[in-house]
Amino acid sequence: MAVLDVKDIRKRFGQTEVLRGISFSLEQGQVLSVIGSSGSGKTTLLRCLNFLETPDAGVISVNGEVLFDAADPATRREADIRRKRLHFGLVFQSFNLFPQYTALENVLLAGKLLAKESPDWRDRRRETLSQLEDQAKDLLERMGLADRMGNYPHQLSGGQQQRVAIARALALRPDILCFDEPTSALDPELTLGVLRVIRSLAEAHTTMIIVTHEMAFARDVSSQVLFMDDGLVVEQGPPEQVFGAPVQDRTRRFLDSYRQR
Amino acid sequence: MELILQQMPVVLKALNVGFLQTLKLFFVTGLGAVPLGLVIAFGSMSRFRPLSWLTRMVVWVVRGTPLMIQLLIIFYFPGMVLGKNIWGRGETGRFVASAIAFIFNYACYFSEIYRGGIQSVPRGQQEAGLVLGMTKSQIFFKVTLLQVIKRIVPPMSNEIITLVKDTALARIIALQEIIWAGQSFLKGSHGIAGAIWPLFFTAVYYLIFNGIVTVALGKLEKRLDYFR
Repeated sequence: MAVLDVKDIRKRFGQTEVLRGISFSLEQGQVLSVIGSSGSGKTTLLRCLNFLETPDAGVISVNGEVLFDAADPATRREADIRRKRLHFGLVFQSFNLFPQYTALENVLLAGKLLAKESPDWRDRRRETLSQLEDQAKDLLERMGLADRMGNYPHQLSGGQQQRVAIARALALRPDILCFDEPTSALDPELTLGVLRVIRSLAEAHTTMIIVTHEMAFARDVSSQVLFMDDGLVVEQGPPEQVFGAPVQDRTRRFLDSYRQR
Repeated sequence: MELILQQMPVVLKALNVGFLQTLKLFFVTGLGAVPLGLVIAFGSMSRFRPLSWLTRMVVWVVRGTPLMIQLLIIFYFPGMVLGKNIWGRGETGRFVASAIAFIFNYACYFSEIYRGGIQSVPRGQQEAGLVLGMTKSQIFFKVTLLQVIKRIVPPMSNEIITLVKDTALARIIALQEIIWAGQSFLKGSHGIAGAIWPLFFTAVYYLIFNGIVTVALGKLEKRLDYFR
C-alpha cells in the first residue's frame, strides 16, 4: 500500500490556476523529486500537502486514511488539521529556524509541546524530557552538528541552519518529509553538505518529496521523478526514464536548458 | 541665591509630594496601556472588517488630537451631560480621570508599535510552527512574542520617555502632580510666594527619572541582544 496517495489536487489563487489536477502516489521509503521551472506549482503542491494551503479540489490519503477530501467537509475541520499536519514534515527554502532558540532547542520545542498534551505527561515528565533530548541530540549528531547544539541560528552558516531545520522536522517522525528547494538559498559548498545529509536519509529509506533544481542530485537520489509544468504533471517515472529518455517534448526542453549551463 | 537655599527644604518637600503623584500616574498608565495596547493591536489586525475599521478609526482620533483636549473632555464632559461628577470628589477624582485619559491615549500609540512589531516577524516563523503541529497560541507565545518584544523595545522606549514628561499635562485639570506643586509657590504656598524657581526646578526631577528609565530600558535591549 502506498504511504501517500494524492488524487487530482487543484488550487487556484484568484484568477490563476496554480495546480490543475495533480495525482501521484509514493511507496514507503521512496524518494520523489519534483522538478520544473519556477511558477510551475511545485511549492504550492508541497504547501497543500502540509495544509499551509487548502486545495480547492482533490484527495490526500496517508497510509490509506483520507486526510483531506475537498468534497467532504468533515475532513476540513481546522481542529483536526493540526494533527494531520504531523504526517508530513516540511523543510523550507529559507530555513525558518526560531532565532531565539539554540539549535538543540529548535529541534526540541515542538516535541516538548506535544508531549505536554499527553495524559501521562505529569507522571513521566523527567523520562519524556530526557528521551526527547537524547533523540534531538542524536539527530543533530547525524546532521554533523554535534559541536553546534548550543549555537543560536545567527551563529550558524546557512548550510548548518538548514541541517538544524532538517533535524527539527525529523524530530516529530513524519511519515513523509518534504523539502522545498532546500539548497536554493545556499552557495555550492554549503549545498553539498545539505545534499549529503539528504542522501544519507534516502539511504536510510526515509520517505521524502524533494522539490529541487539540483538535477544531478535528483537523478542520483530519487526513486521517482515528477516533472511539473504550468500546474500539471507533464512526465513521471524513474529517474533513468525522465532524465535519460524523456517522452514529452516539454520535459526535453526543460532538461536541455540545464545542460546548456 | 541665599533666599533659594533658605526656601529649598520647604520647596523640595512639596515637590516630592507632587512627584509622587507624577510617578503614580506614570506607573498606572504603563500598567494599563501596555496590555490594553495589545488588545487594540489585535482589534486593528482583526480579519473581521467592521472591528478592524472601528479600531483604526478610534486610534486615528486619539492619535490625531491633543492629549490635553482628551483630558479636558474626559474630566468635564460626563459632568456636563449627566449633570453630576462621575469621577469622584477632589484629587482622587482628578487622578481617576487622568489615568483613564492617559491609559487610553497611550494604549493607542502602543497598539501601533505592537502592530508594526507583530507584522514585521516573517511569515515563515508562523508557518514553521504550523508544520511542526503547534497551535496558533503556542506559536504566538513560544515563537513570535519574544521576537516582537525585541523589535518594539526601541520605539517603546521613546514612548515611555515621552510619557514621563506628558504626565505634566494633567496639570490642566489641576491634578496635584509636580508641575502643580512647583507652580503653587508663584501664587503662594507654604509661606512662600512669587517664587518661580521651584517651577524651573521640577525639570531636574524629570531629567533624573528619565535617566533611570533610559538605563533600565537600555539594559532590557541588551538582554535581548543574544539573538537576531
